[in-house]
Parts: sequence; C-alpha cells; structure tokens
Amino acid sequence: MTSTLDRPSSSASIEPPKPLPPRSPIGRVRDIFTSPRSGPVLVTALLFVAVFLIGGARYRGFFSGQVFLNLFVDNSYLIVLAVGMTFVILTGGIDLSVGAVVAVSTMIAASLLQSGWSPGVVIPLILVLTSFLGLLVGLMIHVFKVQPFIATLAAMFLARGLCYVISKDSISINEPTFVALAVTRIPLGGGLSITPSVVIALVVVVIAVWVLGFTRFGRTVYALGGSEQSGILMGLPVARTKVIVYVVSGFCSGLAGVLFSLYTLSGYPLTAVGTELDAIAAVVIGGTLLAGGYGFVLGSVLGVLVLGVIQTIITFEGTLSSWWTRIFIGGLLLVFIILQKVLTARRR
Amino acid sequence: MTDTREVREHFPADGATPVVEMTGISILFPGVKALDDVSFRLFPGEVHSLMGENGAGKSTLIKALTGVYPIDSGTIVVDGQPVSFTGPAAAQAAGISTVYQEVNLLPNLSVAENILLGREPRRFGGIDGRAMRRRAAELLEGLNLDIDPGSLLGSHSLAIQQLVAIARAINVDSKVLILDEPTSSLDADEVAELFRVIRSLRDSGVAILFVSHFLDQIYEITNRLTVLRNGRLVGEYLTTELLRIDLVQKMIGKELTTLDEIGERAHADAVTADRPADYARAEGLGRKGAIEPFDLVIGEGEVIGLAGLLGSGRTELARILGGIDRADSGQLDIAGARTRLRSPRQAISRRIAYSSENRRSEGIIDDLTVRENIVLALQADRGWFRPIPKKRREELAQSYIQTLNIRPANPDALVRNLSGGNQQKVLLARWLAIAPRLLILDEPTRGIDIGAKAEIQKLVYTLAENGMSVVFISAELEEVLRLSHRVVVLRDRRLVADLENDGLTVDALLALIADGSVDDEAPLAPLGESS
Ligand SMILES: Nc1ncnc2c1ncn2[C@@H]1O[C@H](COP(=O)(O)OP(=O)(O)OP(=O)(O)O)[C@@H](O)[C@H]1O
Ligand SMILES: [Mg+2]
Repeated sequence: MTSTLDRPSSSASIEPPKPLPPRSPIGRVRDIFTSPRSGPVLVTALLFVAVFLIGGARYRGFFSGQVFLNLFVDNSYLIVLAVGMTFVILTGGIDLSVGAVVAVSTMIAASLLQSGWSPGVVIPLILVLTSFLGLLVGLMIHVFKVQPFIATLAAMFLARGLCYVISKDSISINEPTFVALAVTRIPLGGGLSITPSVVIALVVVVIAVWVLGFTRFGRTVYALGGSEQSGILMGLPVARTKVIVYVVSGFCSGLAGVLFSLYTLSGYPLTAVGTELDAIAAVVIGGTLLAGGYGFVLGSVLGVLVLGVIQTIITFEGTLSSWWTRIFIGGLLLVFIILQKVLTARRR
Repeated sequence: MTDTREVREHFPADGATPVVEMTGISILFPGVKALDDVSFRLFPGEVHSLMGENGAGKSTLIKALTGVYPIDSGTIVVDGQPVSFTGPAAAQAAGISTVYQEVNLLPNLSVAENILLGREPRRFGGIDGRAMRRRAAELLEGLNLDIDPGSLLGSHSLAIQQLVAIARAINVDSKVLILDEPTSSLDADEVAELFRVIRSLRDSGVAILFVSHFLDQIYEITNRLTVLRNGRLVGEYLTTELLRIDLVQKMIGKELTTLDEIGERAHADAVTADRPADYARAEGLGRKGAIEPFDLVIGEGEVIGLAGLLGSGRTELARILGGIDRADSGQLDIAGARTRLRSPRQAISRRIAYSSENRRSEGIIDDLTVRENIVLALQADRGWFRPIPKKRREELAQSYIQTLNIRPANPDALVRNLSGGNQQKVLLARWLAIAPRLLILDEPTRGIDIGAKAEIQKLVYTLAENGMSVVFISAELEEVLRLSHRVVVLRDRRLVADLENDGLTVDALLALIADGSVDDEAPLAPLGESS
C-alpha cells in the first residue's frame, strides 16, 4: 500500500551541485549573440557600422563627423519618441498615438506662441497635456481592459482630430526666443556642431537608461513583459506600472512634438503622419521584442540611427525617391523580426 | 452531503492564538463551487498541510487567503485583525509570503532579480545591482544551490526555478510562509534541503502551510493536516494521529485500491517473457552538450524507466527520442526502418509522442478548452485542413475525461481554470489521443494526486500490455520500479546502466544514481534542461 504513495525522501548522500565548467571564448561569444537579451542589439550595432561604412565607401563626403552628428540633429525627436515607445513595448503593449500627439503638440505650440504666449509656459503646458492624455490611455487599458492597440488607436484619432480643431492650415512660428533656440548650434570644435534638441534627446536617453536598468519601476516594466500574471503573484505593482508607461510615452510624445516644432518652426495638422510606425520600427530594429520583456533603450537609439543612416544614403544617392527609405525600412523590419524569432527559438 | 467535519483541539497548547484564521470561506467560479464553507487555522510554529485530491480546492484556499481571488462569503483574520487583502502585494505587506503552485517567476529577468524584485537593496535612489546579487547568492546558498545569480531565470531547469521561487519567499521575515506544491519538481536531496530550511523557520516561530501530494513528505514535516474534498472541509487532524490509510480515505472518500499488483505483474513479465520484438533501436544516438551517445533498445510493449538526477540527461535523452531536439550523432531505427527525427511533428507522424515535464511552457494551452487541448496533437497530425469530425472530438474528449477522471468533467471548460493536477491529466490525454506506438512521459504524474496517479499508472501498464512502448521518467523511484520492465540509469549526461527490473530495489537504484566519483558529478547543471 504505502509504496503507491511514497517518494524516496531518504537518499544516498549526493554531492551539492557544482557550477558549470567555464565555456570556451567562442562559445561565450556565441552565447552573447544568441541571447535574447543582447543578441539583437549587437546585430543592430554591427548593421549600423556596416551601413555607415558602405555609405562612406560609396559617397564622397559621407564619412564625416558632421554627417554622423546630423543623424542625431535630424532625428532627435524620433529618438525621444523611440524612448517612450520602448517603455510601452517592453511591457508587451504598443502606442499608436505618438505620431498624432507629436502633430497636436506642434499645433498647440504654434498657435499659442503665435498668440503671444511665452515658450516658458507653452512647453510645460504641452508636456502636462500629453502626459495627461497618456494617463487616460493607460487607465483605459488597465481599468477597462481595452487592448493597447485599440486604446491608443482611439487616442491617435482624438489627437489628430484636435489638430484640425486648432487650425486647418499650417501655422508658422516666429516667436523670438523659440526661433533663437531653434537656430542655436552648439559647437563641438573642429567645425562640428549639434543643436540643443540633440542635448535634450540625449538627456532623455540617459534618464531612460537609468530608469529602465536601475530602478524598481524600470525592472517592473520588464517584469510586465515577462509575465503579467507572475508579476501580480510576486506582489509587484503591476497596475501602477502599466498605467505609468503610457504616461511616459505621452510625455515623450509631447517632448518630441516640441523638438519637432523647433526643427520645422511650424505647426501643421498633417505633420508626423506615420511617425508612430517609424518609432515602432526603430524599437524593433533596436532589438526590443514586440512581445515585451527583452530590449534596451540604447538599442532603440541604434534603431533610430539605422533608419537615419539609410535616409542619409538615399539623400546622397540623389536619384532615388525618398520612398525608398520606406522600402528599406520595411525589408529591415522583416529581417529583424525573423532574426528575433530565430534567436529566441534557438534558446529553447 | 453529510457533515463529516471533525476538529481536534489538541494542538497547539491551549490558549495559543492562530496567526491565520479563515472561517466559512466560500468561493464560486462560474459553474464550480470551488470552496464551500471552509474553515482553516494556522498557528505560529507549526507546519500545516492542506490535503486533498486534484481540484479539491487547496490552491483556491491559498489564493483566497492572499487576496488573489475575492471571497464570496466568510471571514479572514490575520493576527487578530479581520483582513481582506487586495492582492499578493498586500498579503506580503502583512507578513504572508507565498510560493504559488506552478513557478510564477519572470524568465526574462535574472535569478537575483526574481528573488529580490520589489525589495531590492537600493543606493542613490536606484537598485544596487552588486548588493542585490550578493544577497541573492546568500539566499541561494541557504538552499544549497550554486548558480550564478546574474544568469537569466529562463535558462534554468524547472527544479531550479522552483527553488528560486522558494528563495524569494523566505527572503522576507514573514510570519506565514505558504508553499503550494513546492516539491513537485524537486529531487530527494533538494527536498531534504528545503525541509532543513522549513524546520529552522518553524523553530523560529513562522507558521508554514505546505501542500504536497507526497505522503512521505507530509508525514515527515507536518504537525497538522486540514483535509479538503470537493471544495468542502473534511476535517483538521494531528498528523501523528492519522494513519496514512485513513488520510487517503478521507481525501478520496473511499478506499484506494492497491497498485502493488501492477508491480508484481511487471516483474513477472520481465522474468518470464521472451524479449519482445524491437520497436526502436538507437545506436550511438547523442547530442553535444545534452547527452553523450547512447545505445538503447525499446521493445514493443516494453516500459523503460529512466532514472537519474535532475540534469543527468534523462530529459535530454527523452527529448531526442521524441524528436524535440535533433540528435547530432548516431542512428535511430523505428520499427526496423532508419529514421531521422527532425521535429516533434515528424515524431508524431511516426506515432511517437513526447509529453513534456514543463506543462506550462511546453504543453498546455491555457486559453483553449479541455476538448481543444485534448484533440490538438491529433488534429495537428491530420493536418489543419482535415478537421476531426465534431462527433469524434466529443467522443475523444469524453472518453479521456472519464478515463483520467478530469475534473470538472466539462469538455468546454477553459484549461486555465483547471487545477494543476487536472491540467496535467489533460496533457496526458492529448498524447494518448494520437494512439502512440511509443509514448515518452517526462514526469507525467507531477502534481497528480495519489488516486489519479494510480489510475495513470494502471493505464500506462494496460497500454503497454497492448503493445505500446513507453519511456517513463519520474523522480519517484518507486514509481519507476513499479512500472518498468527495464530501468536505464543516467548520470552526468551519460547512460551508465541498462538493467532488467528483476529484483531491483530503490536503494540499489539510488546507489547507482549517486555512485561515481565526486569530481565528475554535476547534478544540477542547468544546461539544456527544459530551458
Ligand atoms: N479561475 C478559476 N475559474 C474557474 N474555476 C476555477 C478557477 N480556479 C480554480 N477553479 C476550479 O476550482 C476547483 C479547485 O481548484 P484548485 O486549483 O484549488 O485545486 P487544488 O486542490 O489546488 O488541486 P491540485 O492538487 O490539482 O493543484 C477546481 O475544480 C478548478 O477547476
Ligand atoms: Mg493546486
């Protein structure tokens, strides 16, 4: 009878486990590349270097510091967007509203500045409003269990609609402080320079790296992407975190909108259409898993740079239509998503 | 149902107050009354076990206490205060720390983070990574587990993940420690380690709730038992005052038929029968880093038990035979024909089924119904363009629900809502449904109650008598010995012995498993083990 029920609890003494034998250097390198954590980011880094070298080999004048710095100058708003999007995608969500929020931010900036408001009021106001919109989206997702895709799609339509409420036409900005800020170049010596926008974007990146990597909130963002259910059972503040990532994304979209209006010195209802997809593409190419849980902010920055360098090559080529950028991005995305599948499947 | 409650008041000493007291708890799920007027008390300094069959309501009671499920009626008093926790976080804050059934951790984060997330050491407002890894290493050492705290949790075996979950729970100074089937994937030594920790916590006054289907463990560690049956309280007993046979009778509500006859028949077969015709023959089959080349012959109708420690290569061997991992050396003949298994699908089309030890990540599909889960492999084999007729699906589901006693006996129930043991039964049914010629079972009885375990063993045995070959892995050596015609022993990713099960004893087997010099022993190497 008892033997039916038993499990050996007595046992011959068996030694405690030993750590794994050290792996060979080659094995270790392979591990890094096939790890879902670091593999895709490294591949992206290599890709960026490769594309940059190809550009340098093909075109005279490509291989200059300023061309490299212009990747940041021209894409500072996209870097900020990609940072916010990284938070959201890491939790396994998505934010489709960011392009429209950029547009509505440029509209608010342009219209208020034109009617004489000071930038010192307008900019914080935009950030507060877009963060609040993010809060609403987050609550919709958390409280009413709306799919992030749907909730942010609704926010996208709302924001785009608001643009037209403000004005149907383009509004240009000629408020002196704002214009001064827009044309400022920060010299780096050797004839190189960047804009204040780049500094702002890089500050955002640094903060995001710290938050995601080294704070409880940041690690909970990863936890959400790993398994929401487990996160709840582990007693992590899952609900709060889920809402806050959309606030972060909203804030980043607002900031990106401000940077974009500095870049274009105007507000236009039809601006930044499809930018949300660029941001998502940058994040995915940067090695963040769309399902959430794995990825780095720096990867997303690399993703933006890859998009930027492709665009630059097409500009240098001269004869190609700018739509080729899209085609390349499309192809790259496909390759990266397949790569991620392969890498994560290999691990099983 | 008649009221069969009996509550003994001997323990603890008069006047002691329970740290947790649940009274008249009921929980209704759509269609199921998971708990019906259940009361439960837990005292400081005791190890208490909740006992009951699969689906009796043990995990539900734990989740009611810790605020995962809201209760429909009843009261919960912790430390003299009525409480109603909003979730595990609130329960933790009140000093109740819980390891839920199934490993609920984050595979994408490091081991250290999984242990300490939510209460990590901080510095300058951020997490102090180094201090965190140090603290995690200490906790792991307390469980005698030597793994890199910086490694990804998902790269480790289920057993290690289970230990990590335990490390997380004992990290905080809690008054109450709840462990829901913490030992289901652990080997004897790891269980011994865990018990050492449990005893020292108990002696320091922590109240411990321990759930397990292993009666030996229950009798070794617990002071008191609360028995549930079908969501109702049967009674509360002192462990020393309840004979095993009575306990089982209280859990299942009737006598358990003995299984020993199976064992005897298996032995008799092994001795008398001629060698059956070969069904599968492996020569030098192996895979680098997983298992060294091995030879193995599996006869028709033969049951082969694989014995070895975790990480000894038993799962790896099974995965190669089941076509999950590709062999990179050697040959395999199935029914006389040279075969190369490249995918589980090819294996299935040759009627080889592998039932994974990791039912959560490689088996059961939470959001499908019981019926859909059962017919899944069969449907995949037929191809998605030739749906199985509805009537046939119904029949299949019904027959397996009955044979394996899956509860609730509702083919339309979502698998996520089944108790752990019942999910395991559904997984088993899926593989039986393809009518395999070779069935590879990796820990098929994990988390399954003793009654159902007996049923499953009987079923395996009957199927083998009808010509199906079986490869059977279990950490329970008794189970292996009872069922197998032959036992194959693995150590350090090598097949070290292949024995007729003729007078083999658990001790002899243990000696074989553990034997081997200290140096080449790496029982917990996490490589490949179900990662
Ligand atoms: N979320 C849910 N929705 C519906 N039914 C549920 C849910 N959770 C559990 N149940 C049902 O409640 C009953 C009790 O389940 P529970 O998980 O508590 O069993 P258990 O005693 O822990 O069993 P096991 O030993 O298999 O783990 C089962 O019939 C189960 O199907
Ligand atoms: Mg349970």
